[in-house]
Order: sequence, then C-alpha cells, then structure tokens
Amino acid sequence: MAIWLTENSKIIVQGMTGGEGTKHTRRMLASGARVVGGVNARKAGTVHEGLPVFGTVKEAMEQTGADVSVVFVPPAFTKDAVIEAIDAGIPLCVVITEGVPVHDTTAFWAYAVSKGNKTRIIGPNCPGIASPGASNAGIIPADITTAGRIGLVSKSGTLTYQLMYELRDFGFSTAVGIGGDPVIGTTHIDALQAFQEDPGTDAIVMIGEIGGDAEERAAAYIEQHVTKPVVAYVAGFTAPEGKTMGHAGAIVSGSAGTAQAKKEALEKVGVRVGKTPSETARLMREIMQSR
Amino acid sequence: MDLFEHQAKELFADYGIPVPRGIVAHTVEEVRAAAEQLTGRVVVKAQVKTGGRGKAGGVKVADDAADAVAKATDILGMDIKGHTVHKVLVEEASAIAEEYYFSFLLDRANRTFLAICSAAGGMDIEEVAHNTPEKVAKVPVSALTGIDRAKAREIAVAGGLPEKSLDGAAELIEKLWCCFVDEDASLVEVNPMILSADGQVKALDGKVTLDENATFRQSDHAAFEDKAAEDPLEAKAKEKDLNYVKLEGNVGIIGNGAGLVMSTLDVVAYAGEAFPGKPKPANFLDIGGGASAEVMAAGLEIIISDPAVKSIFVNVFGGITACDAVANGIVSAFKLLEERGEAVTRPLVVRLDGNNALLGRQILHDAALKGVELVDTMDDAAKRAAELAAVGA
Repeated sequence: MAIWLTENSKIIVQGMTGGEGTKHTRRMLASGARVVGGVNARKAGTVHEGLPVFGTVKEAMEQTGADVSVVFVPPAFTKDAVIEAIDAGIPLCVVITEGVPVHDTTAFWAYAVSKGNKTRIIGPNCPGIASPGASNAGIIPADITTAGRIGLVSKSGTLTYQLMYELRDFGFSTAVGIGGDPVIGTTHIDALQAFQEDPGTDAIVMIGEIGGDAEERAAAYIEQHVTKPVVAYVAGFTAPEGKTMGHAGAIVSGSAGTAQAKKEALEKVGVRVGKTPSETARLMREIMQSR
Repeated sequence: MDLFEHQAKELFADYGIPVPRGIVAHTVEEVRAAAEQLTGRVVVKAQVKTGGRGKAGGVKVADDAADAVAKATDILGMDIKGHTVHKVLVEEASAIAEEYYFSFLLDRANRTFLAICSAAGGMDIEEVAHNTPEKVAKVPVSALTGIDRAKAREIAVAGGLPEKSLDGAAELIEKLWCCFVDEDASLVEVNPMILSADGQVKALDGKVTLDENATFRQSDHAAFEDKAAEDPLEAKAKEKDLNYVKLEGNVGIIGNGAGLVMSTLDVVAYAGEAFPGKPKPANFLDIGGGASAEVMAAGLEIIISDPAVKSIFVNVFGGITACDAVANGIVSAFKLLEERGEAVTRPLVVRLDGNNALLGRQILHDAALKGVELVDTMDDAAKRAAELAAVGA
C-alpha cells in the first residue's frame, strides 16, 4: 500500500521534451512507473521517448486515462502549466521545477483553492513522490531503497534519499518530497494525515528544516491526530541567522523558525528527534525492530 | 533580496507613493551638501538592512547643515546589530501628526498574502502586536483578486485609522499593492505610515524584500544588489553559479543538496565540540544534485582560496548521479586544479554513500590522491574532518 501514488497511477509529464523532462521521463520509465505521455503544445502529435506528446493536459488525460502529472517546465511557465493541470481536473500534480516566483506559486495555490482543491499539488521545488516497487513521479532515485512500511515526508531532497538509503532494509510505503519553498501545495500535515490513514504504513519519518513554522504546526497535528510512531530530523541548527527584515514576519508566525524551536515543539508531543540523519535512521530502526 | 530604505523609497516613488525628499550620502561632506540642498530641518538615517535603527541611535533629527554633519559623524561607521553604517539617507524632516503601520507580505502558513494595518504604528509595533493584538488588523488578500481602492479603504478602517486619514491611506495602500505585485516582492512594509501636519498620508520609512526567483522577469532588480557588502568569496562563488555562504569556522564543506549540506554543517559543529579549538564549518556550499567534475572543481577552488580552511569535508549522497561519477569528478577536479597551479594541499575527507558507493570509493582509493581520506559514514567523516582541522589549526 501507499499514499497518493500506486502501481495503477498513470503519469504524464508536462515539459517532457525538455532536457530535464527527457532525462527524468527515462528514469521514471526505467524504475517501472507507468508514464503514458507528455504535454507540449508546440510538439503535439509527435512521439518522444516512445511516448505520445499531447497539446494539452486535458487531451492527454482523455487519451491515456492519466491521473498524475509531473511538471518540469521552466519557472516562467510553471504557473500556467499548473493552472492548466488544475483546469483539466487531474487528481495529482507534482511540480519539480525549482525557482518559481512566490507570487506565481501563491497564485496557482489560490486558483486550486478556488476550484475546490480537487487537484493535489506537491511542490514546487521538490523531488516528487515515490512509492517504491509501485510507482515514481519525479526525480527521486528509485533504486536506493525498497518497498516497505515506513512513510517519509521531507522538505529536503538529498536528506530524503539519505534516509531512504539508510533504511532500505525496512523499505518505504511512500516517500513524499514536499519541497522547501515558502509556499507549497502539500504540507507535512497533509502527508502525516495520509500516512496515519494508510494501512500500509506502520511508522513515519518527518524531515524538516529552518524557516517558517510548518514543523511546529505538524507537531500540534501529531499530538491530536497521529497514533503511529513518528521520528523526525530537523536541519539547520548551526545555519547563520537569516537577515529577515521588518517586523511583519515575526508578527505573523509568532515563531522564530529556528531548528531548536522546531525540535522542542516535536519532542514535546512525543516525537523522537535525531541529532544527525544517521541517528534518526537508528531511532526508526529501533521502532521497526520492536514491532 | 532585502533593500535599503532609500532603495525602497525610490521604488515607492516610482509607484506614486508620497515619500519625503531625500538624498543618500556616504561621507560627512555629502551629508552637508545634502542638508544644504534640502534646507531647514533634516533627518539623518543610517542605511542598514536591519530593524531597530531608531532605538540604536541610528536616526537623528538635525536643525541645519552643521547639525546634520555632527549627527552624521556619530552615525556613519556605527554598528547596528552587526551591520556597519556605510551610508545615510538625509531627508527633509516631516511634521508628523499621527503614525500608523502598514505592510503587505507573504503569509506562509496560510499560503496567501496578508495586509497588516494598525493605527498604533511606529517603533513599538512589535510590542503593540504582542500586548494588544486587537489593535493590529490582519486581512488576508487573495493573489487572484488583489486590492482595489474600496478594499484598501476597508483594511485602513479595520486597522483603526481615523476618518481624516482614510482617503490618503486607501490611495497609498492601493499603490503599495501595485508595487508589491509588479515588483515580485514578498514584503513591503511602511512603518511609520504617517499623517503629516498638513493632512497628507506618506511613507516615512520603507522595507522591501524582493523575490530572487523572479529575477528572470525583473531585470532592473540587479541594480539593487549591494556588491560592496558582499563577501569576496561569496561574490566569486556567485560568478561561478555556486550556492556558497561564508561562515566563521575552519572546516570547508562541500555537499550536494541544500538540506544535506545544512545537515552537514550541524554534524560537523557537533563533532567539533570534542576537539581543541572546537572546529566549525567554514562555509555552506551546495554543488547541486548533479555533482559534476567541473562543478566539483569550481567548488574546491573556492574552498581552498579561503585561508581559514584547515580541512575539507566532501559529503555527497549519490542519488541521481551515482557515486562512481562523483568519485571520477573529484579525481578530475584534482587534476584540473593541479594543472592550474592551485593544487589542494589541505586534508580532504570524503564520504560517498548511495548508488554505487563501493565503486566510487574504489575509484578514489585507486587514485590515491594526496591528503584524501575516505570515511564511510557521515557522522564519522565529520569527526575526522573536525579532528584534522583541530590538528591543522
């Protein structure tokens, strides 16, 4: 079992014909994911990497039955690509693109909300989502781990890979890289909720980093709603203090956004927080071995 | 990117937002000339990218040019929260009737924009927000519908602004929204937004944070960059498109992925506590998921040009790029640097894990690069790098 992405998921790639799109379409196919086509208005009707290229997301969905889109288009076009995916009503849209202006992300998020949030957006600036052994939508290297019963949600790409690799003998139900941008579609809390409800997940690894108060809010959610064991890691204890300006940020968040504050918030609700990625893996190992 | 107050006000002026007349000055001579040109009472304001300037004594009113010079002598060179004052803004003094607070910003938690407005503006807005939150209106603003004059007026009313200020405030707020959106800002703050004695609503201060992701459509923002304040190594790294931040310690760090590198800094700092002199990370350097030979060479080059570095820790997780490719990258980087006469002479600890880790380690082992040690785990490699920095110090 897995969350959001299963062996039945049919994936299309927006921006498949570009460099990154091509490379990662190949990788997704090689890992066994069912990639069924791509979208590029200027190359509609052609074949790329052995897959049909469609003019629109809507057409691609009608022709292939796709229910997942992975977005690789450049930052200047990402907003339009995501809005197109929302309009087509695709259930899951994974936005890999890095460097999307925050006004654009805020706009497509507001648009998704205005359309009733029927499309789950993951990212932007994220490695995507992988359900090992079942499917892979994004750039997570599928071959570093195995299928299993740990769920993982993370702001960071390489730390995700590190933990997936260290715990490869236990394996993962699903790993979700939600991205570290200030505004993201899927949050730690969304993933925690899904893992709590997923019968295929026994325990959860959560990786956070400095900035914002997403981890503090996740801690509050865990206290109320999560009964499965959670271990966490927070990066950035020694990062230099950001040069935040003005009073506005502090007024809004009410939290310093430091790694220490996040660690304390998580530990207060019974989450074990590793001091290093390897220690975090050890904590999870203890939990899985005692089951 | 954060702007200086004078830059923020230049932007505001472009959008028709009333701001006091002002001139930037770097020396007391320039301050005298500016004050003489403005005539009458002026305000000398330290230009640093931090809050609390007023409380630190960085903002002073002067009666005339001679007084402005005296005040500027104190302010120029002053340290405010670790920021040295290199320039001041000399501004005509405003007759203030009332002080308000206004900002537009990104509300990360709610994934929307937010307008914050209060009739209790000025230096103590943080305390006001903390002690009497009911005096601070926080109004969500949709990225889809934005702000028009009527909505702007509603926000001013919600903030408790008096009737006499509403027209002026609504106009300023509407223009500020245009600035916020058109300039791809994540923060525009006006504190205080004042009602002047002659009944005008003006921006007496300005803080603006611009989104660097939007540079591709904001080409004029490059002019705001504060090149003088940039660390020379950071500037050099930027030219090479490297994501590098100079820190205070002596263990050079190279890794792939921002999260992993941030984590590496933590692990090295913990490990350093056990050694004499407590070695700490000398930098943050993320060479990205790809970790190619050229990027590795460019990264190593930056690190070895930092005289503070006593040892180097290369921490790579082979995911998309497998470890054998990374190892070959390190070997080529050493060759490249040697050919340029910039050989790596300080000890280098490499931790390679992930795809083809064994093969990658074998490649480095066979290459027998001088001073290069392989350690299997991140925690042990951090310890070794810290130990080598302690010995080399």
